[in-house]
Parts: sequence; structure tokens; C-alpha cells
Amino acid sequence: MVLRLENIQKSFGSNVVLDGIDLEIGKGQMVCLIGASGSGKSTLLRCMNLLEPIDDGAIWLDGQDISEPGLDPQPVRRRIGMVFQSFNLFPHMTAAENVMLAPRRTKGLSRDALNAPVSALFERFGLADRMDHYPDQLSGGQQQRVAIVRALAMEPEVMLFDEITSALDPELVGEVLDVLRALRMQGMTMVLATHEMGFARELADLVCFLDNGRILEAGTPSQIFETPEQDRTKSFLSRVL
Amino acid sequence: MTQTLTRRQAFEARQRRRATTLAVGSTVAVLVALVVLIPLAPGWEAVKRSFFNAEVFAKTFPGLLNAFVLDVAIFAWCAPLIALLGLAVALMRDIRNPALYPLRLLAILYTDVFRGLPVILVIYLIGFGIPGLGLPRPWNSPYIWGSLALILVYAAYVAEVIRSGIESVHQSQRSAALSLGLSPSDAMRFVVLPQAIRRVVPANMNLFIALQKDVALLSFIGPVEIFRQAGVYKSLMANFTPYVGAAIIFLCLTIPATRYADYLMNRQRKARS
Repeated sequence: MVLRLENIQKSFGSNVVLDGIDLEIGKGQMVCLIGASGSGKSTLLRCMNLLEPIDDGAIWLDGQDISEPGLDPQPVRRRIGMVFQSFNLFPHMTAAENVMLAPRRTKGLSRDALNAPVSALFERFGLADRMDHYPDQLSGGQQQRVAIVRALAMEPEVMLFDEITSALDPELVGEVLDVLRALRMQGMTMVLATHEMGFARELADLVCFLDNGRILEAGTPSQIFETPEQDRTKSFLSRVL
Repeated sequence: MTQTLTRRQAFEARQRRRATTLAVGSTVAVLVALVVLIPLAPGWEAVKRSFFNAEVFAKTFPGLLNAFVLDVAIFAWCAPLIALLGLAVALMRDIRNPALYPLRLLAILYTDVFRGLPVILVIYLIGFGIPGLGLPRPWNSPYIWGSLALILVYAAYVAEVIRSGIESVHQSQRSAALSLGLSPSDAMRFVVLPQAIRRVVPANMNLFIALQKDVALLSFIGPVEIFRQAGVYKSLMANFTPYVGAAIIFLCLTIPATRYADYLMNRQRKARS
């Protein structure tokens, strides 16, 4: 078990966003969170990365309660990578600088020492000729792949993906999904909030349908997509499929 | 040639010609009116003699130019100090560590006080007040304390501009930096601040143009810079033309600088839309 979520509660003011989430994510598993906008998928991922503090419950990473108030979040975030819907590349840095910044500052590695492994990462994701481009010189798909490479450069144990294809033009979605597929094959532990139902169906170990801050239904892709039990799951799927 | 134009292009070309003709015509009309009407004013001859005297102008202009070097020098040593202090104060206002709360309070108090006072008042209070403590030379120099007054006032404005720049960088940039495991101070230093400072370059340019002019205020506490030198010539020659000469010298510097700042501002607006 890599990550275990226990009764996660999170509200913004009087708005309850997460209302008792329990979830276990095993090593090398891919878990997909599906559900309508506002059902709490993004907030759940942000809580797992400690970008949002949870109100109650616990998040266990390899037996350590990382939701302990006052805990230094930095070492945890180095172990849990995150990629965002809007890419969030740093616009004043080249693609390579974007990727090198965190390893340089947190691991004390020099640019020279990073050059080889970072080049290899760019190479692996078909971005070798884009290393010295600035984000605004890249297509959306390329930017998102650089963002993935940036998170991978920290060598995280878990990767969180927050609707990373939702801001892309349809013809660019494929190249980003290919990257996810490659990561899946390498055995990366992944949690995705996604609207790509076909992708979830093809590759997920576990699909969770979120509704009003709860996991209403969870199961294998075939359980969720072919024989959903809850009416709300059925009506959601009938709208998106 | 004309038959290759589309109907739309031909129409727009006609519109452009019409606009240019009208603009030139009305500008010429206004200039002619000014040239004809102003000399008709009863005091024109007197004004011409005391403000636009070519002989006085030629005699005093080199001296004014010489005195202007001092303005430029004062500007040159104040500007980098203002940038540094402004940046420091802007960062101090974002301090979240409770032990350092006094620094934050100080920064808030500082920007409130110095943005709330007329520059000339600060120059008087510091420029006359501190040397009044009976400090030995060179520590009683009006150059030091006058410059300090300018630095304190302008750094307060620069700090506010930088802070607005920091706030304009979207929260998601900070989130992305933190999610990679960077510390909050690294996120500020490497991700937020470089973007913020780029965005506020035009606004800061405008502040530094204002500083260029306000350097002349130091003349009130002693330094013989261009404004004071013009005053000296005025008394010697009983003629106001040196002030016109000083104005021309200032404009030669400030107009190109203002244009450049506008150019930067426009380029930024275009880049963002």
C-alpha cells in the first residue's frame, strides 16, 4: 500500500467539498477518479499533495501520516508529483530550466550533473528538440508533456494528474495520453482525475465515481462502465459516454 | 495597381487618406492660430524679452548643461538604491513568520508614511534635520541627506509597485512550484518574483522618470544643480530665459524616457491579450 486515504473531510467555508473519502492505492496501481465538475476530484488530488490542508481524516504515505498538522510538506511533495490541467509551466524559463529547477534547489544537483538525466527524459518523451524552447513556443500538448517531465525529474513514487488533457485541443490529447500509457507500463503509481473515459476503461486498476464529495461507487473499469449499480453513476456515464 | 485592391482595401485606403488630410489640416490651423494670436497679446514683447532671449540662452546654456551633470549623478546613485530598498520592503510585507512580524509592521508603516508626505517636505525634514545634529564633515553634506530623502520616498512607491506585481502572478504558479517540493522562499525567488518584476518594469520606469525631475528639489537644501544654477543666472542677468533652457534640457531626457516606457507598456498589453 503506497497511499491510504481515511475519511477525508474538506470544506471551503460552508461548502463541503470532500465528505468522508476512503481510498487505498497500491504500488504500481492506476486509480482514476471520475465524476462531474465540482464533485471534488481536483480538491482530493490537491489534498494528497498537501496543497490544501484537510479538515479531518488522515492521509497515509507508506505508513506515515502526512496529514499531521504542522508537518513539513516539502519532503512529502518531493515523493508525490503533480501535474495540473493548466500546465503551469514557468513562462520565464526554458523547458529544460523548468525541469531542472526543483532538482537543483531541493537535491543540490548542478546543471551539469542534471544535463544527462534531464536530456534522457526529454528524449524519452519525444521532446529532445524542445529543451531550449520557452513555454509559449510550445504547443499545448508539448507544454503538458514538459510539465509531466518536470514532475518526473523529482523521481516521485506517486504521480497525481489533475485533468491534464482537459485544456488541450482534441488532436493534442493523444500525445499526452501516450505518455501516461508509457508511465503505466513502467509501473508508476498514478492517480488521475479525468474525463477521458476510454482511457480510464483501458488502463485503470480502479475507477472511483465521485459525487458531492463522496466516492459513490468504486470498482474495476468493467464494473463501473458496464454494470454500474448506482443510479447517479449510470446517469453520469450516460451523459459522458 | 489599383485594380488589384479589393473593395474593402480601396475603401480603407480612401478612409486613411481622408483621416490624414484632416489631421494635417487641423494641426496646421491650430499652429497658425497660435503663431498669429499669441504675439497679439499686450504683454508679448515683454515676455519674449525675458523668457525667450536668444543671447541669454546662448550664454547660459553650457553652464546649465554642466549643472545638469549633477542632477544625472544624483539620479544615478539614487536609482539602484531605490530599486534595492523597494524590493526589500515589498518582500518584507509578505513575511509570514510571526517572529519577524515587527519587520512586516515596519514595512507597512514605512510605505504609508512616505507615500503620504510631499517629497519636498521629506527633503526639508531630513536635509535640514539630520545635519542639524551637528555631524562632522562629510556627514553633514546635503547631498547625502537629500539623496536619502529621495531614496526613502521613491522606494516606498517602488515597493508598492513590486508588491502589486507579486500579487498579479497567478496562484497556480506558486502551487506548481510548491508541488515540486520547492520551499516557499524558493518559489518566491525563482518562480514568482522574476515574473512579477518583469511585469512592473513599465510602471517602475514611470517612477524613475518622475525621480529624474524631482532631483531638482534638492536645490532647496543646497546643491547647485540645474534648477538652482538657472536661478543664479536669472538673478545675474535679470532674465528668465535660463529657466526655459533648463526646461528644454529636462525634456530632452524625460520625453524619450516616457516614450520608451509607453512603448514597453504597449508591448506588454499586446503580449497579454
